[in-house]
Amino acid sequence: MRNQPHPFMANSVSAIQQEMLEAIGAKTIAELFEQIPTDHRTQSPLDLPPALASEAALRRHLLDTLGQNSHCEGELSFLGGGCWRHHVPAICDEIARRSEFLTSVWGTPSSDQGRYQAWFEFCSQLGELVDCDLVGLPVYTWGCAVGHALRMASRLNGRRKVLVPEALDPERLLVIRNYCEPPEMARHLSIVPMRVDPATGRIDFADAAAKIGEDTAAVYLEMPNYFGIIEEDAERLAALAHAAGAEMIVGVDPISLGLLAPPPSYGADIVVGTTQPLGVHMYGGGGLGGFIATRDEERYAREYPTLLVSMTGTSRAGEIGFGLSLAEQSSYGSREHGKDWTGNSVYLWAIANAVYLSLMGPQGFEDVGRLIIAQAHYAAQRLATLEGVSVPLSGSFFKEFVVDFSATGHSIASINQALRERGIFGGHDLSTEFPALGQRALYCVTELHERQDIDRLFDTLSEILNHDD
Amino acid sequence: MTTKPHLRRYHAAVWDEPIVMEMSREGRRGVLFPELDPEVAESVGAPERLIPAALRRKTRPALPEMSEPDVLRHYLHLSQQTLGMMGISLFGTCTMKYNARLNEAITSRDEVAELHPRQHPDTLQGALQIIHSLDLALRELSGMDRFVFQPAGGADAAYTHVCITRAYHASRGELETRDEIITTIQSHPCNPATAATAGFKVITLALEENGYPSVEALKSAVSGRTAALMVNNPDDMGIYNPHIKEWVRIVHEAGGLCFYDHANFNGVMSRIRAQELGFDACMFMLHKTFGGPKGGGGPAVGAYGCSAALAPYLPGPLVVERDGTYQLEPGSGSSIGRVREFFGNLQTVIKAYAWVRAMGAEGIAAAADLSVLANNYMTQELMKIRGVTCSHPHVEAWRMEMTRFSLETLEQETGVTVFDVQNRMVDFGVDAFWLAHEPWIVPQPFTPEAGEMWSKEDIDTWIAVLAQICHEAYTTPDIVRNAPHNHPAGRIDTGPLEDPSRWAMTWRAHLKKRAAV
Repeated sequence: MRNQPHPFMANSVSAIQQEMLEAIGAKTIAELFEQIPTDHRTQSPLDLPPALASEAALRRHLLDTLGQNSHCEGELSFLGGGCWRHHVPAICDEIARRSEFLTSVWGTPSSDQGRYQAWFEFCSQLGELVDCDLVGLPVYTWGCAVGHALRMASRLNGRRKVLVPEALDPERLLVIRNYCEPPEMARHLSIVPMRVDPATGRIDFADAAAKIGEDTAAVYLEMPNYFGIIEEDAERLAALAHAAGAEMIVGVDPISLGLLAPPPSYGADIVVGTTQPLGVHMYGGGGLGGFIATRDEERYAREYPTLLVSMTGTSRAGEIGFGLSLAEQSSYGSREHGKDWTGNSVYLWAIANAVYLSLMGPQGFEDVGRLIIAQAHYAAQRLATLEGVSVPLSGSFFKEFVVDFSATGHSIASINQALRERGIFGGHDLSTEFPALGQRALYCVTELHERQDIDRLFDTLSEILNHDD
Repeated sequence: MTTKPHLRRYHAAVWDEPIVMEMSREGRRGVLFPELDPEVAESVGAPERLIPAALRRKTRPALPEMSEPDVLRHYLHLSQQTLGMMGISLFGTCTMKYNARLNEAITSRDEVAELHPRQHPDTLQGALQIIHSLDLALRELSGMDRFVFQPAGGADAAYTHVCITRAYHASRGELETRDEIITTIQSHPCNPATAATAGFKVITLALEENGYPSVEALKSAVSGRTAALMVNNPDDMGIYNPHIKEWVRIVHEAGGLCFYDHANFNGVMSRIRAQELGFDACMFMLHKTFGGPKGGGGPAVGAYGCSAALAPYLPGPLVVERDGTYQLEPGSGSSIGRVREFFGNLQTVIKAYAWVRAMGAEGIAAAADLSVLANNYMTQELMKIRGVTCSHPHVEAWRMEMTRFSLETLEQETGVTVFDVQNRMVDFGVDAFWLAHEPWIVPQPFTPEAGEMWSKEDIDTWIAVLAQICHEAYTTPDIVRNAPHNHPAGRIDTGPLEDPSRWAMTWRAHLKKRAAV
């Protein structure tokens, strides 16, 4: 490699380094590392692939490499289950890619006032959607939000048993398990699954009722659940939880809330969920974000692990400012005595979410909800007419639904491979996660599908299933 | 300094931007969706009837109703009221460096943005190749045997480590007795905080006169209860603990694991390897050291690497290469499961990989050199300013990539605090400096980090701005105390932030509390 200045490093010109060395009275840069004992220093130089310091060469390499991917824009995808392809309005990208937001780090409430206001507007608008007066800045993901919420509940009532639905994404459950700590730990939360009714796909109310008791810290359910099903007994479950002194936690997909009731209306104390559907691309899961929201009561506020942004006044009369509230209870303020921990999260996505919420307005959420639910039902109806294919769960659903292919004699793996060869990403294979349920897949339909896409899926599946192998 | 830099005039945009809810006008639309296909409508009937009546939304959310360009302009105005890295930002501990816009352009493409994490690995070969290649590069930089990118920030990587620590000791039947994690007062708060969240007791070692805790202090803290050591080195003082190998040996002899929080890796890149110092695991921040953007606080990646002995505990899915193709493994039977769903923030992994390729081994070594050179240059110049001192002044050695300074003298002599100075710096278009994590062991602390991106001219300007403000503190202190003057908002009133009857984390809470007054 030629020894030439690097475009990312303004001082990689040797004359400048010489100036700085002379200014400090050192002969070489190497001597500045005197603090590191000789026997700590590595003896083998870095062996990395050769630099691609020219932007053109690096671009070519990245495009060649990433060009091996196929993606949900080029293929027809019915994947969901924790990450979804929804419409991302162009200005969500425009704003999230602004250099000011992209590169900001911490600033002050004055110097980064615009970012603080955007954060406040994220919390404010999400608060309207989920009907909560207190919303924290986002956490990493939905699963992490559930983990924190369960721990908040346990701190509030001192109990150590949490109920979760059996129909829970195993990916999310693994996250939750870590937050609940293993049994050896003193503050372990034991996770008790509420049985799924095999006919409806809903929580089996009798089973849940028998498990809710004086030792229950929290009852957690999802609306809709992992199988896409709307939990019709949510209000009854919340009543039981409250009667037992437990917190009711509800996880939601916020894009459903133009049609579905906000969780506090059926008894949720803590609302959690994902932010990814609100104007953020999937990025292979890099678009995920999670949120925590509650009533604006001090007892809840004092248990938040997240950063909280509050509106306030400033030193100039009549001016609005924003600042961090209750920072002392965060891990930044109190180290191991803080509430769980916080750190970098997905605050850039919160800004994209704020833009999305402003664009959508109340009518946007109603319209997108109608489109999604209607198209999902159309798809379910059509697929159920295929021979050997059924939509086995009778519960109401929003955008995802389970399709059972067991009677076709084909495995989901083979069906999905055949679909893939025909440019379609079939529904997520549930057969490894819930083997007792047979060959089932979770199909997801959103506003981005058109009727022709669903018809193509139907036609392709009928071709595959009728293929004589 | 060779020539005294000219201090530019600067003023932030001021738009007096209303809260978005105040901009609403009933009936306006910001986005439309296609009409429902008639055949679909006919097949399924009225969409709302597909939802059980009791669970239908009855009251519309009070979201703003706005046109698309009005939304765009509102958030553009807010972006203009955000300083970010538009000026000079030497925010210590966060390693402000150039975020290559090529990487933003590449990761905005469908080949990245429109990937679903549940796609079949055959359709993700490019992404998986990059994950694997970055894993290999970080192994080379650290000596560790395996990396995962699932942790969604540096703190999440620390959390990953405490989860792995639990699993490791549980597998040996020792988790119930090994319930203590040792850290130092200058290690990042995420280390003790995640340790406590994972259920461990935390022992924090104080710094001693050399700028790090003594070997004796460590020895007295270590016991059969020690589960792990979690430590930064160098810490934010820029002082390297020369006994760190002995520390690792002591903790290992007691049966504990050693985690290297490499938040301050920038100054030691290419010179040391965590594994060669004896560490079992380490963490790199891809959104800091590896050129990913901060985004005001994520999305981020805390790349977690560990030894072969700890690899079975790593969270899945793991990428493996077999004969030139890349596959996903779910994680071993001993795996801690997940700390977050899916692969992590994939786009940041790709940006970090691109940074490693753009820099190469020589570039990475040069970046460490330049960041240490720049810090020592800056340290020397800042120490000439009246009112400025630094921590551990008797430690007569070049500092690493950061130095902790103090404005205690300035505060004592003028009453002007570090907060005042922070607020005044932004008047010059210079991002507020980092102070120090809690607790402050140096009074009135501030911690700039020059890094390798910023030009000598930028560094000179930064120094000149601080010199100007310190001069103002001694001559016209009110201009500093009343700062900022050139920003869209004055100093916030912190009273309501801690008062349940006045705080307002949402607009609707604000409206209710205002109505109640």
